[in-house]
Amino acid sequence: MTATTQQQTGVTMTNVEAVRTTLHAALVRDDRVLVMGEDVGARGNVFLITKGFLEEFGPQRIIDTPLAEASIVGIAIGMAMEGLRPIAEIQFADFIYPAFNQIVGEAAKVRYRSNGDYTCPLVIRTPYGGGVRGALSHSVSIEALFYHVPGLTILAPSTPADIKGLLNAAIECPDPVLFLEHKKTYRSVKGEVPGGYYTIPIGKADVKKAGTQLSVVSYGYNLHQALDAANRLEGDGISVEVIDLRSIRPMDKGTILESVRKTRKLLIVHEDNKFGGIGAEISAMVAEEAFFELDAPIRRLAGPDVPAMGYALPLEEEFMTSTEEMVDAMRELARF
Amino acid sequence: MATTITMPQLGETVTEGTVAQWLKKPGDSVEKYEAFVEVSTDKVNAEVPSPVTGIIRELIVKEGETVPTGTPIAIIDDVATESTPLPNGSALRQAQDRLSPSEQVAEANHQASDEPVPGGNVGLGGPAYNAPPPPSNGASGASAATTPGGTRVSPAVRRLAREHRIDLAQVRGSGDHGRITANDILAAAAPAAAGAVALPPTAASATAVAVTPAPTAARTTGKPTYGSARPGDVIPLTQARKIIAARMVDSKRNAPHAWTMTEVDVTNVWKWRAREKDAFERSNGVKLTLLPFFIRAAVESLAAFPLMNSTFAEDGIHVHGEINIGLAIAAGGNLVVPVIRNADQLSITGIALAAGELIDKARRNRLGADDLAGGTFTVNNTGANGSILSAPILVPGQTGIVTTEAVVKRAVVRDDDSIAIRSMMNVCLSLDHRVVDGAVASGFLSDLRKRFEAMGPTGAL
Repeated sequence: MTATTQQQTGVTMTNVEAVRTTLHAALVRDDRVLVMGEDVGARGNVFLITKGFLEEFGPQRIIDTPLAEASIVGIAIGMAMEGLRPIAEIQFADFIYPAFNQIVGEAAKVRYRSNGDYTCPLVIRTPYGGGVRGALSHSVSIEALFYHVPGLTILAPSTPADIKGLLNAAIECPDPVLFLEHKKTYRSVKGEVPGGYYTIPIGKADVKKAGTQLSVVSYGYNLHQALDAANRLEGDGISVEVIDLRSIRPMDKGTILESVRKTRKLLIVHEDNKFGGIGAEISAMVAEEAFFELDAPIRRLAGPDVPAMGYALPLEEEFMTSTEEMVDAMRELARF
Repeated sequence: MATTITMPQLGETVTEGTVAQWLKKPGDSVEKYEAFVEVSTDKVNAEVPSPVTGIIRELIVKEGETVPTGTPIAIIDDVATESTPLPNGSALRQAQDRLSPSEQVAEANHQASDEPVPGGNVGLGGPAYNAPPPPSNGASGASAATTPGGTRVSPAVRRLAREHRIDLAQVRGSGDHGRITANDILAAAAPAAAGAVALPPTAASATAVAVTPAPTAARTTGKPTYGSARPGDVIPLTQARKIIAARMVDSKRNAPHAWTMTEVDVTNVWKWRAREKDAFERSNGVKLTLLPFFIRAAVESLAAFPLMNSTFAEDGIHVHGEINIGLAIAAGGNLVVPVIRNADQLSITGIALAAGELIDKARRNRLGADDLAGGTFTVNNTGANGSILSAPILVPGQTGIVTTEAVVKRAVVRDDDSIAIRSMMNVCLSLDHRVVDGAVASGFLSDLRKRFEAMGPTGAL
C-alpha cells in the first residue's frame, strides 16, 4: 500500500482504506494535523494504516510514542489546546485504560473548566471489538465506559463512506472525539466512497435500510449482521428498518423515535456488554419518550456479562451475537 | 370474607363522588388492582381499582348517584387463592407477572408448541378462554385499558383503542397467541372511517352495516358518542357534559355578564419569544408560546386590581388572597379548566412549565381533582383556533375571564403619525357586573395591555 492523496471521484474501498486515505488527505490538507501513537511511524501502524506516512510527512508530524497511553493522550491534549490538530492513536482499545484520566478528567472538561477560553480539538482513534480471535486484550468494546461523560463525542461509523465523512468531522470538531473503528470490519466491509472532501454531521444516525414492522438500532460489526438478517427476512415478508447509530454520543434521539413511532417495535444490537450498555440508554430514552407508541417490549441483543471475550472459538462465538440469533429475534418481535 | 368498598376521596378537597359507571356487575369476578368502577367528581373521571381479588356480591350505589366519600358503594367476596379456582389463565398470568418481557416471549413460544390456541382474546402465553362480554361502554377508559379478564395489552394498543374508541373485546388478535397488535386496532378503525366517508348519505347506514361489520366495532354499544357524532344522532349526555352544561347555565343565569375588549401591540413580546423559543424548548422540553407571557402580565394586573380576583356571594365580595389562574382547555370532547396555583409567584418560565404540564395532563385525561380546584381567574387562548373576537362565559364564582385572540399583522398608525406593520392581538374580557363596573374593568384591561406591551427582549424569562 502506498500513500494516496484524496481521491476525487467515488471508488470502492474497505474500511481500513477509508481510514488510511482520510488520514492522509487530512495531513496533506492541514499542516496542523499530526498523527501520534505506538508503531504509527516506522512500523506504519499494526494494520498498515499509516504505512509510508513517516517518509512523506516526517517525524515532526508522524510521531512514534513509547507504550504509555496516558502520555499519548496527555501530550495530545496540550498540543490541541495550543492550536494543533493531533490525531492520537490507541493501538487497541483494550489499552486505553491508562489514558482514562486524561480523556475523562482532562480532555472532556477543558472547555468547561476554562469557561470556553480553551478547547481541545483532539481525535483519539482506536480499533475495538472482537470476532477476530483477539482474546482478552484485543477484543473489547469500550464505548459504554466513556458514553457517560459529558464533553466527549464518541463516533463508531461502520462503512467506508461514513468513516471518511465522520473522521473529517472529528478532525474539524473543536472538542475531543473518541473515534472507534471495529477491527473485524477493517477488511471485511467494502463500500463506495464519494470523492472529494466532505463531512457527515456528528450526532446523526442513518437509516441504512427502511422498513415498517420493527426497528433495529445497531452499530459496528453487528450493524452489518443486522442488515444481512433484515435482508433475509425480507424474503419472508418481514419488513425491518435498520438504523446505524454512527454517533454514540451525542445520540440521535430523533431518528430513533421517528422510526419507533412508525414500527412500534425496537430491537437494539451491540457487541458491548448488555448491562449498562448503549442499549440501556436507548431503551430508557424510548420508554420515556415513546411509551405509548410501543407494541412490544423493547429487546436487546448484546454481549454477555463476562469479564472478557475468550480466545477459544466456542467462547468467542458465545460472546458474539450471531446473524442467526438476530434473525430469530427479529422474527419473534415481528410476530409478537 | 367480604370486603366493603367505600366511595374514595379523589383529591384532598373532594367530599363526594358520583358513580359514573359500574365496570362490573354482581357475580362478575374482579382481580386485585383491576378497575371495577368509574367515579366522577367535578369534571374528573377516575377508575377505581379493586383492593382484593374476588366476586362482586352487591353494587350498593346506582350509576349516576352521588354519595359522600366513605359511603359504602359495593361489597366484594374475597376469593381465597388456595381453595377457590381462579378463572382459567389467571394463575398462569400471575406467574408470568413475575417474568421479564423476554422470558414472557420465551414462555409464549413454549406454549405455542404445546397447546392449540382457539381464536378469541388470549392472554400473553396463557391458555385461551372465552372472554365475558364487555361490562360497559367500550368508549370508557376501562375496557380500553384491559380486555375482559385482564388480558395484557401493549401501551400502543391501549392508546390507539382509546383514540379510535375500539372495544378490545371485539377485536381478533393477529399477534403471537392471538395478542391484539397495534395494527389490529388500526385495521378495525380504518373501514369504519372509510365507509362513513365513501358512502352516499341515503341508505348509507344500512349499506355500511351490510358491507362491513366494522362500524359496530367502532361503536361498541351502538350508542353514538361525542367524538363520532353523525347527522341524526342523539348523543347521550356524559357526566362531564352534564356538568359543563349545568355550570354554563348557572353562570349565565346568576352572573350578569358584561364584555369589553382591547387591542394589544405584541410586536416586542413576539420578537422576544421568537428569540428565546428554540433555546427554551431545548432546555425545558416545552414549547414557549405567548401564553405564559400573557399570564405573567395578567397576574401583575390582578395584583393591582384585586377586585378582579374575587367571588360574589350573598354575604359580600370575597377578595382572594391567592391568584390562581385557570386555563380553558378543550380535551377529548370536553372543556376542562385546570389551574396554575399561585401564578403570581411564578416566573414566565415557571408559568410555561406549569401550563405545559396541565395541558399535557388534560390531553392524556390525567387531570386530578386538585388540578381543577381553586381557580380565581381564567385565561382562554381562543386565538389558537384563529378567532379574533370571543365573548367567554365566566367560570362560576369568578369575576373575570380573558381571551387571547389570534395575533395578526396590521398596518397601525402610531403616536407619531407614522404607519407601521405591527403584530396585533385582541384581548377580550367578560366580567361579573355584580362585582365590578365598567371603570374598574376598563382600568384592569388597560393596565394589562400596558404591562404586556412593555414586555420585551430585555426582560427576564
